[in-house]
Order: sequence, then C-alpha cells, then structure tokens
Amino acid sequence: MSKIGLIIKREYSTRVMKKSFILLTFLTPILFAAMFALIIYLGGIKDDKVKKIVVVDKTQLYKDVLKDNESYIFQFTDASVDELKKQKQKDDGEYTALLYISNDLRIDSTAATIYSNEQINLELKTYVSGLLNNYIEEQKLASYNIPNLKTMVENSKTDIDLKTIKWGEDGEEKEASAELATIIGMVMAFIIYMFILIYGAQVMSGVVQEKSNRIVEVMVSSVKPFELMMGKIIGIAMVGLTQFLLWVVLTVAIMMGVSSIFGNDIDMSSVQKVQEMGQVGTQTMPAEIQGFITALNGVDYVQLIVMFVIYFIGGYLLYASLFAAVGSAVDNETDTNQFSMPLMIPIMFAIYAGIFTAENPDGPLAFWCSIIPFTSPIVMMVRLPFDVPAWEIALSIGILVLSFIGSTWLAGKIYRTGILMYGKKVTWKELWKWLKY
Amino acid sequence: MPLLEVENVVKQFDGHRALDGVSLEVPENSIYGLLGPNGAGKTTLIRIINCITAPDSGQVRLNGKQMTPEDVYHIGYLPEERGLYKKMKVGEQALFLAQLKGMSKKDALKSLKYWFERFEIQGWWNKKVEELSKGMAQKVQFITTILHDPKLLIFDEPFSGFDPVNAEQLKCEILELRDKGATIIFSTHNMGTVEDLCENISLVNKSKIVLQGNVAEIRASHTTNTYLVKTNKTLDVNGFELIEEQRKNGIFEYSIKKAEADTNNSLLQRLMQQTEIVSFQEILPSMNDIFIETVTPHS
Repeated sequence: MSKIGLIIKREYSTRVMKKSFILLTFLTPILFAAMFALIIYLGGIKDDKVKKIVVVDKTQLYKDVLKDNESYIFQFTDASVDELKKQKQKDDGEYTALLYISNDLRIDSTAATIYSNEQINLELKTYVSGLLNNYIEEQKLASYNIPNLKTMVENSKTDIDLKTIKWGEDGEEKEASAELATIIGMVMAFIIYMFILIYGAQVMSGVVQEKSNRIVEVMVSSVKPFELMMGKIIGIAMVGLTQFLLWVVLTVAIMMGVSSIFGNDIDMSSVQKVQEMGQVGTQTMPAEIQGFITALNGVDYVQLIVMFVIYFIGGYLLYASLFAAVGSAVDNETDTNQFSMPLMIPIMFAIYAGIFTAENPDGPLAFWCSIIPFTSPIVMMVRLPFDVPAWEIALSIGILVLSFIGSTWLAGKIYRTGILMYGKKVTWKELWKWLKY
Repeated sequence: MPLLEVENVVKQFDGHRALDGVSLEVPENSIYGLLGPNGAGKTTLIRIINCITAPDSGQVRLNGKQMTPEDVYHIGYLPEERGLYKKMKVGEQALFLAQLKGMSKKDALKSLKYWFERFEIQGWWNKKVEELSKGMAQKVQFITTILHDPKLLIFDEPFSGFDPVNAEQLKCEILELRDKGATIIFSTHNMGTVEDLCENISLVNKSKIVLQGNVAEIRASHTTNTYLVKTNKTLDVNGFELIEEQRKNGIFEYSIKKAEADTNNSLLQRLMQQTEIVSFQEILPSMNDIFIETVTPHS
C-alpha cells in the first residue's frame, strides 16, 4: 500500500472504531426516528376527554348551530362573562373555554370571541368558526330570497389548483413545487454545512493532536508533510461519508420498520383527520398534497445527487485544508480560536445566505454567494432545485475546484513549516512568512 | 568511502541563518556525534539529512549519491521531539510506522516479534500507548526506529526519558547495531556517552562547525599536559609543575604538569629514576571540558 494509503487507512480505521463514532452513528437515526414516531404517535392520539365549552350568546341565535361533537360539547348559559371568568379562576376544571357572542354575526363578523386560560387550540377554533361560517353563509344566501340559490352557489364554487409546469431543455414537462424545492435545497445545504463544520474541526484537532503528541516529526521522516496532511483530510472525509451513508440507510430502515409496526393506525387516523378538516372548510389541502407528490417525482434526482457530491467534496476540501493549516500553526487546541474564527465566519454566513437565497433564488445575493467558493457549496445547494443556468453551475464548480487546489497548496506550505514549530506564538505575519519558505 | 557526506550546507530562515556552510563526513559503520548547544542548528541539520527540510544550498550524499526521497527507507530517525499516537495500540502503531518505512506487513511482523522478545515487552502489544509509562513508550519508540534495519540511524537525545538501567541497555543496543553494520549519528548533550560511544564528532555552534574530528585525537590535541602519577615514596618535584598531591593508604598521588619540551617517555624516565611508579596516566580533558571551552565566548 502506498504511504498516503496507509495514512488514510489509519485515520479511517482509528476513527471508525472509536466508541463515540459508533454510538453517534447508530444513536442519531434512532433518536431521529424515535422523535418522528413520537410526533406521529402524539398527533395520532385523539384527546378522548370531552371538553365543555360554555357559550354566552347575547343574540340567542346560535343555539342550534353549535352542535356537539365527540370532542366538544356546548353549554349555553345566561351568566355574564365576568361571573364566568371569576368562576373559572376559582374552579379551573369546570369548563375549558368560553365562547362569547355579543352581536348578530351577519352584522358584525367580529362579534364572537373565545376565552380560555390556555392557548386555544386550532382544532377548536376551526371547528367553531367553520360551524358559524357555514351557518352565516346559509343565512345570507337565504336572505336574498332566490330559490335554489344555495345549489347555484355550490355549483359555482371552484377550487383552482394552479399547476406549475417547468419546461425542461428537451421540452419535457415537469411539475414543480417551490416549497419542495426549498425543502430539498435547505436540507442538502444544511448537511454540507454540518459536515464542513464537524469534520473540518476534526481535521484541525487531529493535526493539533499529532503536533502535541510529538508524533509528527517521526511521521515526516517517513512521509512528506503534504502526504500526511492529505491522508488525514481524505481519511476524515471518508469517515464522514461513511457516517452520512449509515445515517441514510439506518434512517430509512428504521422508518420502514416503525411504519410497518404502527403504520396502519397512524395512517388511518391521519387520513381521518384530513377528511374532518376538509369538512369544516380547508378543502385545498388534498390538492396541495397531490401537487407535492407529483412534484416529488418531477425532481431531477440524478443531477441533484451528482451536484451534492461535487459541492460536498469541494467545500470540504477547501475548508478542511485551511483547518489543517490552522491546526499546524498552533501548539494546543485552546490556541486554535484565533485562526479558526476567520474560517467559521464564512461558513456561518453561507448558511444565512442560504436561508435568504431560498426566498429569492435568482437574486444578486444568491448569485454571488453561489459563485464565491467559500459560500458556494452551501448556497448553490439551495439554488439547485430551482434550476440554475448551466453556465452558472459550471462557473461555480470551476472556481470551487481552483480554490481548493489553491487552498490545499497554500495549506501544505503553512503545514510543513507549522508542524515542526514548537513553543512559538504564531501571528498572521508569521504565517505569511511560512508561505515563502 | 563515507556513508554520508554533507557538503557546504546552508539553510536560511527568516532573519537568521540556521546553518552556515556545514560540511561533515560520516564513515560507514561508526558512531558519529553531533554536538552543540541548544539552538546551534543541530536539529536543522538532522532534518536536512532526513529530507524533512531542503537546504538552500549545498549537498547531502548517501553512499556517494545525491539523496532521493526513497533513501528515507534506509534511515531510522529518533527525533528529540518524539511521541506516538496515544490512542493506538502499541503493536498496531509499530506495524503502521514500519509499513510507512516501506516494510511489508509480513516482514514487519517478523521483525517486531524479534524486537519485542528481545526487549521482553511482548505483553504490551495490545496496550494503548497512553497506558505506557514514559520509559516504556521510549522503548517502543526506539524499536520503531530501528525496525526496518536502516543503514543509517539518527538518534537525537536518545537517552532522555530512560532510567539508568534502561539507558545502559540502550547503549548496548546502539553498540550492537554498529557491530552489525549500521552507521549511527548521535546527537546529545551528555558528553559522557559521547566519550563512550562516538568515534568522530562535529561540534556545531552558532550555525557553524567549530570542532570536528576523531574523539581521541581531539582530546589529545586539547591536552593540558597533566598526568596522574602514583608512587610508593615521596616524589621530588623537579623539572615539572606540581598541581596537587595526596596520600591515600600509603600511596602517594601526584597531579603534575609536564614541561612543553618533555615527551611522555622522557617524563616517565625521569620519574622512574626517583622512585617506584605504581601508575602513570595522562589526564586528557573530558569532552565536557572541551565542549564548554569551545562554545564559551573568549573575552
């Protein structure tokens, strides 16, 4: 095996065999899945306690409108709001919320109010407003005294689902969804961001450790400093890729496992929920979901994955080499801050730029940040699902490749001097000199 | 032919010249001492020989040929700033370092087995380096340096971190390595070991070689013409200078300085006429004295 191969192997195997790596790799997806399952599970549980809603209806018009269902029963009272408020403060469990209707809702649409000690949940709000809306609508229609008006209005109701179709270069039509593009882009950008930060920092601390262990001079008597640095960078990148791959595989496997166990109940209840909500008003939901699913099929996954890998590697190499240079310049980990801050700032900036890019993927911020190599791996990932012109991608990748070649060259020069320097407080001026040795 | 030739090597760092026209020749199958105060340029020179840094000018030749990167396979280097990966197991680590020196896994394992047995440390194979004491780690480090059977060995302060017993063992190992044909460059501040081990030395001071040559010749040339004479009767001080006299168990000990004109034999002859000589010994200056005398600036 070549020397660099041996170094990669050592970096890789010692890191992958570490308990912390194994624990983190296997626990993270389980935690994720558990969290997911918990959300689905909790969302699926129907609150079986029937809640009492006290209604103070000044108009006496809505007694028949507010129908009880399995979650809520309505109790009408003549007591004043103030009395009820006092009672509620004394004895909390008596009723959940108070609905106060002060005026005819046909005249004043803001006349209904719900009071409670807790945050009113959305379900109650949509339920009550749905009932009242339907009733008022019918009343209004009836007041026109036109026969069959109700059916006429029903028939004229439309729900336009505006399809967004993207023309591909070959004239192929694809359904697109801006929301989906945003989600995919942000997720990928975030993964790259995490990766650069976590594994870049690992490269740095690895170099610092080699230096403080005093192993480094033993090593450079056998291998070139550049080989040692690249071996470390590549080895750690492979550790990261392994972890990422395991996460994907494990998450998918666990998700499938979870849904096959709980799957049926969860699906049933959530379908029911959607249907219930549909009844009370929000009829656009299913259409949107449908659009989402067709759009999901319209995404060019091959392009996305290829680009992800390119930017992932490019961004990592650019930053990891600079992190290695920083590690080589200091004697112990506490000294790294001074030099690692200037590296952290552009990464953090990139993720913020990415968030704004999602809102305006063709704006000047998006354009420039996806060209500048320090931000492009993150920002371009956000833009990609929105279809970026090919020349911009080519330019961005080209500049990224040139920059990481430049940065590894630069880092190599600082590294080979830095690793053999002990007990010297290094300044920026000093680093500049090392470049010229 | 010398195994290693360093010719007129210059290395300039920003603001100061670490090596200024340094030349030396290390004969094959000998132990060569590289001496000098801290910051004199020894480590820089050693790094240049190891191809870790390149000289600005000058040449380093191994076996008469300009050194190539492959030559590091034939060098074993024990740096002054040395250490091992703390989290790695001893055996794994030794194997890794041996493979980096171009050994096949099979050869490395065989050689490791031999050395671990010789140092009686077979039980350490699966221990992590961080579990070893400093002295134990130094032994492992020494083994990893000599494992690939290098022609040229460079030891920078090899005895630091060893207790006297282990230091003695190490000394024997170094001598045995030489007897088996290795050439050894040896950098130390311990002048006693230089006298014991080294045949030739170079003394580097302020980036230049200030003293070079065979240890015995250097000591002889720095002679202060002092002798220790033991007799069984008192000595009449005549024709030489008495520095000190002492009586111990009926034996008279004289520390004397001979005149420039005298030779050892003429001095001895004169002494023999006076009394029975028990012993006669020239007191050569120690390398320590020579070192201090050479590097201390004379006002």
